[in-house]
Amino acid sequence: MSTANAPELAARVQASKEALDAHVREIIEWHFNPETGCPFWLNWAEKAGWDPRKEVHNYADLDKFGNFEDDWLRGGPVRRWVPKGYADKPVYVFETGGSTGVPKSRMQINDFRIDYEQFSTTLPDAAFPKGSDWLMLGPSGPRRLRLAVEHLAQHRGGIAFCVDLDPRWVIKLIKRGEIREAELYKQHCIDQALTILRANEVKCMFTTPKLLEALCEKIDLAKYGIKGVFCGGTEMTPQFHRFAVEELLGPDVYFAPTYGNTLMGLATHRAPAKEDNWAIIYYPPAPRALLEVVNPDNPLELVPYGATGRVRLTTLTKETFIPRFLERDECEREAPCDQYPWDGVRNVRPFSKFQKSVVEGVY
Amino acid sequence: MIHIPILRQGKPYKSIDVNRAYHYRTGEQLAEISQANIGLIRRDLLKQGEMQAALQGFTTRELIALAKKAAKHFAEDELPLGDSMQSPDDIVKQITGTTGSPNVMVRRNMEKVRGVLDSMETVLSGLTRLPDLDMLDRGYGEIGGRALSFFPRGKSLGVILPSNSPGVHSLWAPAIAFKTPLILKPGGSEPWTPYRIAQAYIKAGVPPEAFGYYSTNHGGGGEILRQTGRGMLFGDVGAAKAWSGDPRIEIHGPGYSKVILADEGAKNWEKYIDLIADSIAQNSGRSCVNCSSVWTTANGKEIAEALAERFAKIAPRAEDDPEAAVAPFASPDIARRISAMIDQEMDGAVDLVEAKRGTPRVAEKDGCTYVLPAVVHVDKSHALANREFLFPYASVVQVSPEELPDCLGPTLVCTAITSDRALQQRLLANNHIGRLNFGPISTMKISWDQPHEGNLFDHLYARRAFQSVLETVA
Repeated sequence: MSTANAPELAARVQASKEALDAHVREIIEWHFNPETGCPFWLNWAEKAGWDPRKEVHNYADLDKFGNFEDDWLRGGPVRRWVPKGYADKPVYVFETGGSTGVPKSRMQINDFRIDYEQFSTTLPDAAFPKGSDWLMLGPSGPRRLRLAVEHLAQHRGGIAFCVDLDPRWVIKLIKRGEIREAELYKQHCIDQALTILRANEVKCMFTTPKLLEALCEKIDLAKYGIKGVFCGGTEMTPQFHRFAVEELLGPDVYFAPTYGNTLMGLATHRAPAKEDNWAIIYYPPAPRALLEVVNPDNPLELVPYGATGRVRLTTLTKETFIPRFLERDECEREAPCDQYPWDGVRNVRPFSKFQKSVVEGVY
Repeated sequence: MIHIPILRQGKPYKSIDVNRAYHYRTGEQLAEISQANIGLIRRDLLKQGEMQAALQGFTTRELIALAKKAAKHFAEDELPLGDSMQSPDDIVKQITGTTGSPNVMVRRNMEKVRGVLDSMETVLSGLTRLPDLDMLDRGYGEIGGRALSFFPRGKSLGVILPSNSPGVHSLWAPAIAFKTPLILKPGGSEPWTPYRIAQAYIKAGVPPEAFGYYSTNHGGGGEILRQTGRGMLFGDVGAAKAWSGDPRIEIHGPGYSKVILADEGAKNWEKYIDLIADSIAQNSGRSCVNCSSVWTTANGKEIAEALAERFAKIAPRAEDDPEAAVAPFASPDIARRISAMIDQEMDGAVDLVEAKRGTPRVAEKDGCTYVLPAVVHVDKSHALANREFLFPYASVVQVSPEELPDCLGPTLVCTAITSDRALQQRLLANNHIGRLNFGPISTMKISWDQPHEGNLFDHLYARRAFQSVLETVA
């Protein structure tokens, strides 16, 4: 899907690598400087017995950290993750998981705004008109997504209407086998959305794949004036992609699938091309976050382009440093392209070795 | 490469997600099967009313005639299979290829499907017990001067099909004649027969809109059962348990079918031993109507030994051998696990067939894995006394006449060979027995004018109170 010639693209890839290496040095300096770093990483370096500021010179050197363990993000005190350099700033805590047990937390000051402002530049104005109002039909509560979508709407000059949706309750219902109750809860969310859509002039929306299906069982979004749907939160297959475009939305509503989570931010989809056969190809918001595809049995080794492997995330912002985190997803490795001269991921789906234990709810 | 599409109101749809079906022995890919995403199924099922309407313009008599034509198309014609055509010989090879079931058994099951389609009037009469099937079109009528009225309980029948027994298709196929559209989820290894039945009906003139065919995952199957008005589920103990509290779903789990011998029947057991052996081993023991235990009031040991003597002669044969009597397992691992489970539960009992054969129960031939027949002689409290497995297996249990039938537990088909009238009365009164045969009738024998494995009419229709004084309205 490249329009640049090969040498041009190679030059861009090289330039992005150099920019990434410079960004890594800046981030490492920030997080491991006793004046600006957070207690967690400063303590970590002390115990590890080596100084990342001296030993990490580029992106590849981040391998020295080993794999980040997401359990480190569970429980308090959460302030151990707040960089001293931001000690005087108002802090948000966003949670992920938590239907049972202690959720993972990510402390943020401005990252969600920066990520979504960056994402905003990838949205076509015709489908997400500036100044238009939004419907946020997704999780509420301590979720980054809730505030992030609202900020996206505001950043583009609109207002976001939101619903109450507790995904933890839905997961509990499904685990207990109370499918009918889960279905009723989903309808409760859809009813809220319908009330908003009927009472307001909304042109853009965020929702999850299952809620999009459920909403489109009730109404034709195009007739309700929706121009663009930004969709994410759970796995999307190529078949779902096609189904959403061809049947749920039709030709007059733009579909923007995304892959994201509280730890990474948001990966943007590449515009679909016929030869991709509805594959969903995402590119991470480099250099703030990188997605790579690694050999599940040797997570230090990248798989070749087109090959399947496990998703590995590295988050590099001044608010959050997460090196080499192995996601619970697998996909194919996608080559850099004009718009995104760094690695992408194709057809992300639950990691097959874990698949049996993953429960996804309405969202 | 054969591609089996989804059928959305009869229209083929090629999905991006596909499953692949492989030959059980060679590993050669035989087909790719389009997989339906859950949202697509839900969206289609919003149109169940349209599907039902497509059949409402036909009389029952017309649909019976179309079923008869469909029987011929099913058994004799080339029918569409995705972008290609499928002959009767093709489907035999294809089913054998993906399930391991020998050609001879596949043909027998196909004949069963043909038979039910061809005998639709008899089947419907047996299921409804109505003297006049036109009553189904009018919605009301009279029997013996008493008014009677029926209404459909749902707009469609969702059917979750198994991979291991093509014969079960005769159970849902009459739904079309009951003006009920079909939403079918085929088994992973047996996508062939339900697709062909739909195509045979369509060629005969039934509106394509009456058929949904969705190969899908477990979640998709659940959605079909939740969204259709009435459901039918073929599955193992776990699947059956998950839906056991839902009256909309007719569950076909393990059958635990049995042969009972008492008084003269037990005394003259040798006269019936071939019938018992056939009940156990026909269709490689894979049907829920296969006998899985023999309960006798005398000569238990002798009966078990005689069955073992017969079964010890059964050996793996080529898939096209007309004498093939046992089917290989598409997954060798499952074969070994089943056999190991039996060994673990022996608790002092002996597999009499294995002892006579002198070779292990799990056998390999030409790259295929078989579980050869097993017979145990145990008492009624033994763990293996009342079990069912996917191969020819039977326990022989000797009990006193007074213990029958309370000791039997749930029994799909019970063949009772006895002239003990008191026992017969107790059997008739027993609420655990689904189908009762008195006399030497194989548990496998189906009479089309008898409801078997649940009554499809009762499942699809309910009776309502009805009074009319229509002449005053006219």
